[in-house]
Amino acid sequence: MYVAVKGGEVAIDNAHSWMSEIRRGDTSIPNISLEQISEQLTLGVDRVMSEGSLYDKDLAALAIKQSRGDLIEAIFLLRAYRTTLTRFSYSKPVNTANMTCLRRISATFKDIPGGQKLGPTFDYTHRLLDFKLLAENETPISPTKKYNHKTMPHVLSFLNQEDLMQNEKDNDLDPIDITREPISYPTSRSARLQALSRGDEGFLLGLAYSTQRGYARNHAFVGELRIGIVEIELDIPELGFEINVAEIILTECETVNQFQGSKIEPPQFTRGYGLVFGQSERKALAMALIDRALRWKELGEDFSGAPAQDEEFVISHCDNIQATGFLEHIKLPHYVDFQSELELIRKIRADAKINMKR
Amino acid sequence: MSKSDNLDIQIYNFAYLDENTKRMIRRALLKALCIPGYQVPFSSREMPMPYGWGTGGIQVTSACLIPDDVLKVIDQGADDTTNAVSIRKFFQKTANVAVTEKTSDASIIQTRHRIPETKLKEKQILVYQVPIPEPLRFLEPRETETRKMHALSEYGLMYVKLYEDIAKHGHIETAYAYPVKTNGSYVTDPSPIPKFDNPKMNNNPAIQLFGAGREQRIYAIPPYTNVKSLDFEDYPFEPMKANFKCSICGSSDSYLDEIIVSDDGKRSYICSDTDYCQEQTRLNLKKEDQL
Repeated sequence: MYVAVKGGEVAIDNAHSWMSEIRRGDTSIPNISLEQISEQLTLGVDRVMSEGSLYDKDLAALAIKQSRGDLIEAIFLLRAYRTTLTRFSYSKPVNTANMTCLRRISATFKDIPGGQKLGPTFDYTHRLLDFKLLAENETPISPTKKYNHKTMPHVLSFLNQEDLMQNEKDNDLDPIDITREPISYPTSRSARLQALSRGDEGFLLGLAYSTQRGYARNHAFVGELRIGIVEIELDIPELGFEINVAEIILTECETVNQFQGSKIEPPQFTRGYGLVFGQSERKALAMALIDRALRWKELGEDFSGAPAQDEEFVISHCDNIQATGFLEHIKLPHYVDFQSELELIRKIRADAKINMKR
Repeated sequence: MSKSDNLDIQIYNFAYLDENTKRMIRRALLKALCIPGYQVPFSSREMPMPYGWGTGGIQVTSACLIPDDVLKVIDQGADDTTNAVSIRKFFQKTANVAVTEKTSDASIIQTRHRIPETKLKEKQILVYQVPIPEPLRFLEPRETETRKMHALSEYGLMYVKLYEDIAKHGHIETAYAYPVKTNGSYVTDPSPIPKFDNPKMNNNPAIQLFGAGREQRIYAIPPYTNVKSLDFEDYPFEPMKANFKCSICGSSDSYLDEIIVSDDGKRSYICSDTDYCQEQTRLNLKKEDQL
């Protein structure tokens, strides 16, 4: 029995080989290719890149394949890989006004310069299982023009012109990089936004939903939601100018929220902001709602005690890799601590029984 | 060494982390050694093991390792528990260092939940894996508050908790992760070691380093530092273990794990420190030979 309790080496090797076999599944069915994953499970790939904080479709597809479709496990694989990459530079801030949009909508204005573009969205589909997909070899073709290459000004900039929207001030500080410096509280909005953008979609969704149901309610209009391609520019000191190193897809959401005003300021709209890798509208919307809820102090609002307003609560629990690790670690052996608890509870019960007899 | 092992060493830096990250961790370690018991924030990296599996300890070990080191890894006191095996393999693979199960032969020992029974020596490093570095966390969940409490040495809340335990149960209700005061200053979490191990921390000739990866904290106890378990004059701290002998080596002074050996629930007790148990067994055989 001594050997059964300990002796993990063989057990680990066996577990790993068994898992590899199960991952492959029935070998009479063709192996899934990375191209199939990155082309046909794009939104899953996008989520893995976004929460994995690494924009690489091939690696994300590999991670999804390796993790048997467990997206949090895939995110974890990307994060661990990311640790080994040297950070040699920071890009210039992306200019989302120059985004080549494949989707761009506003819930606040019917007509906007540049126009609304519905793009590839589930929004108005009927959620009926499409049994046509059971058949192989369908090649759907859409007649739509895919991209608008014209510059589209942000919808909220039109509210800015009238001073109806609070102007975001540049504090001239470099944004905090939470992957290079530990977060200390209270933290800055830049650190919060980075944490939220890497944060777990489900956690953010639940929290954002809670603000809609009255826990720190601040009604949000979707001023604009845009999805499209932006260029990543890098300053190369040796060259003396910037070059375009990549094109990535981003989802950006700006919400318009109320602000009551104060003695010195008339009422004005305020903004919640969401920006995530890939096409991830749910996450970008949720992020914007939470960003706005977390700004209560800066905007002179009351702290109602709602979870979504509590910076330390939100930021320290939004990372699914931290959360799942700590949650699942309770599966590891705790023989020693449990033994000490056993001794203590026996002692306390023995004493209590003596006292009861008295 | 197999071909794939060679490949891994080429792809990753020595001991996995890149040199800039190691430098950042070493700076945090030096600061931690200068302020015994103080929790130094550090920019913890995502490791290829999950948070909760010892990522803090692994990063500290990675930052300390040099090619001449001899590494020992234990979990629950044992070298052959699954996670200890996994972490040892990781460093064999990425750093190609020598490994040992013998406490006295190791230059670095990474541990989860135990301090080895064999006395540590100067020039040895004991690296603890820490889940929650903040000893006040379960009394006050907010980091902003607990940092203030440490800064002001405001530990009244902790003493009230210990007092209430005694008032209610006649005993302090903490059997593991029993808080200590380091160098008369910071209240420190010893990691979830059984309180039986607490006295070993005091005045220890080895360097004791603590890494909490998920919580991004490093702290340290330099060699020969005073480490006192919190108590009251009339309720002095008492270490605790099962009052039996190891059924393998017969030792009565080591920490014992209780195991269930039959369907009717019969119990037996064995050393949690497997290296110590083997050493005692060897000494017993030697004695028998001499007789």
